[in-house]
Amino acid sequence: MSQNVQSASCHALPAGAPRRTPLYELHVRLGARFCPFAGYEMPLSYPAGVLKEHIHTRSAVGLFDVSHMGQIELRPRAGDVGDVAAALETLVPVDVVGLKPGRQRYALFTDRSGGILDDLMVARLPDRLTLVVNAAMKAADEAHLRENLPADVEVAPRDRCLIALQGPGAEGALARLAPQVATMRFMDVRGIEIRGAACLASRSGYTGEDGFEISLPSNRAEEIAAALLDDENVAPIGLAARDSLRLEAGLCLYGSDIDATTTPVEAGLAWAIPAARRAGGAREGGFLGAERVLAELRSGPLRRRVGLLPEGRAPVRAGAALFADEAGDEPIGVVTSGGFGPTLQTPVAMGYLPARLADPGSRVFADLRGRRLAVTVAPTPFVAARFRR
Amino acid sequence: MLRFTEDHEWLQLDGDVATVGITAFAAEQLGDLVYVELPKPGAKLTKGSAAAVVESVKAASDVYAPLSGEVVEVNEAAAADPASIGADPQGAGWLYRMRLDDVSAMDGLMDEAAYADISK
Repeated sequence: MSQNVQSASCHALPAGAPRRTPLYELHVRLGARFCPFAGYEMPLSYPAGVLKEHIHTRSAVGLFDVSHMGQIELRPRAGDVGDVAAALETLVPVDVVGLKPGRQRYALFTDRSGGILDDLMVARLPDRLTLVVNAAMKAADEAHLRENLPADVEVAPRDRCLIALQGPGAEGALARLAPQVATMRFMDVRGIEIRGAACLASRSGYTGEDGFEISLPSNRAEEIAAALLDDENVAPIGLAARDSLRLEAGLCLYGSDIDATTTPVEAGLAWAIPAARRAGGAREGGFLGAERVLAELRSGPLRRRVGLLPEGRAPVRAGAALFADEAGDEPIGVVTSGGFGPTLQTPVAMGYLPARLADPGSRVFADLRGRRLAVTVAPTPFVAARFRR
Repeated sequence: MLRFTEDHEWLQLDGDVATVGITAFAAEQLGDLVYVELPKPGAKLTKGSAAAVVESVKAASDVYAPLSGEVVEVNEAAAADPASIGADPQGAGWLYRMRLDDVSAMDGLMDEAAYADISK
């Protein structure tokens, strides 16, 4: 027997000895099975198993160690944080200037040809911006920021722990230790104190559920994670369920669904590009690759990222070629993420199709071990988001 | 006679028909199964060829034919409820039965003690 298809959520990238997060010992005590991910030894699943972990997150609270992700602060050496926001807008097609203190939003680093270098969260605080970037891209992102931002923006990676609490009970679980989080709305960011430790909480996540991501000092991380897990409603969740949760939520995985060969418009992420940065807007363009991105906003992309529902019960995995009909041998697209959706109890996938075949209801065929399996384009998210707006 | 392969399959021989499944060790490694694809009765399997596919939430894994022969029966109940394979992989969670081309080929496989050594 062989694992002939590796999940996108568990691919090793850099060689060498894997790094461990400050919660490694806790994961060991919790019985985690580990896998290499982006140079880290990360918990893939716990003894409950991926199905139970997934369902627990949708019905109660899941605790995720996402300390492998990059946390980068941008601070003004001269001027104020507004100048930093304006500078960052040269690298992302989103509204950073208009982001209010205490708020966060989704962003994308683009390259000169409009491809996506990474996706990230940008939060604005009174004196700085904080970014959360993908683990595999953090060194590249840091270099990109240093190379392209003016010298009066300080680029400071922060070596802190990052915990996500996700699920309908997340507020209650975190409020037990930090009551002030109950008044936060989706995408609010606030400095909070947990057991005397200075933490930064955002009401956001990567599962489609309400929840929080909490940046905390590494030397207090294990104690605070253990205190959160003391709540019987809170269970530890590994990367395997993190991947199935984000797939059901229709969220992109960098390196699989988006990368330098895909543009924000092709990827269906144009919602992140506000009118102010589009043609005719107050701050039109002005980011790397703007020419292509604005053209695609105007005329539509040639291909689009779509949700796909395979017929039957067989999962269709990343890498499967897509065909317009049952017999043709010229692929028209590719599956970029795919697996089983534990909430829906059906296979779910995402991929790219030519724009003319990308509307919901469009029926195409995926290669499944040499057979053609019908798949239908479906709107995403597959499971409705439950953010606390 | 119960035998095992390095690819984490087991075979239980009855006459010239072997019942084939994945080992408890393999099932534990794979985690929750959500889909299984079994061979068709009558299919001729060659040792080492992909005979079945078991899929967890995360990944698909081929189950290779441990020996050569013809499929005579498949476990439809397991196909209908893949989770049942993980619950009892070396019993009710069997995958298929094959009539072996050469029963003596069983002798080349591992016994339980030898398999226990490689699946620690």
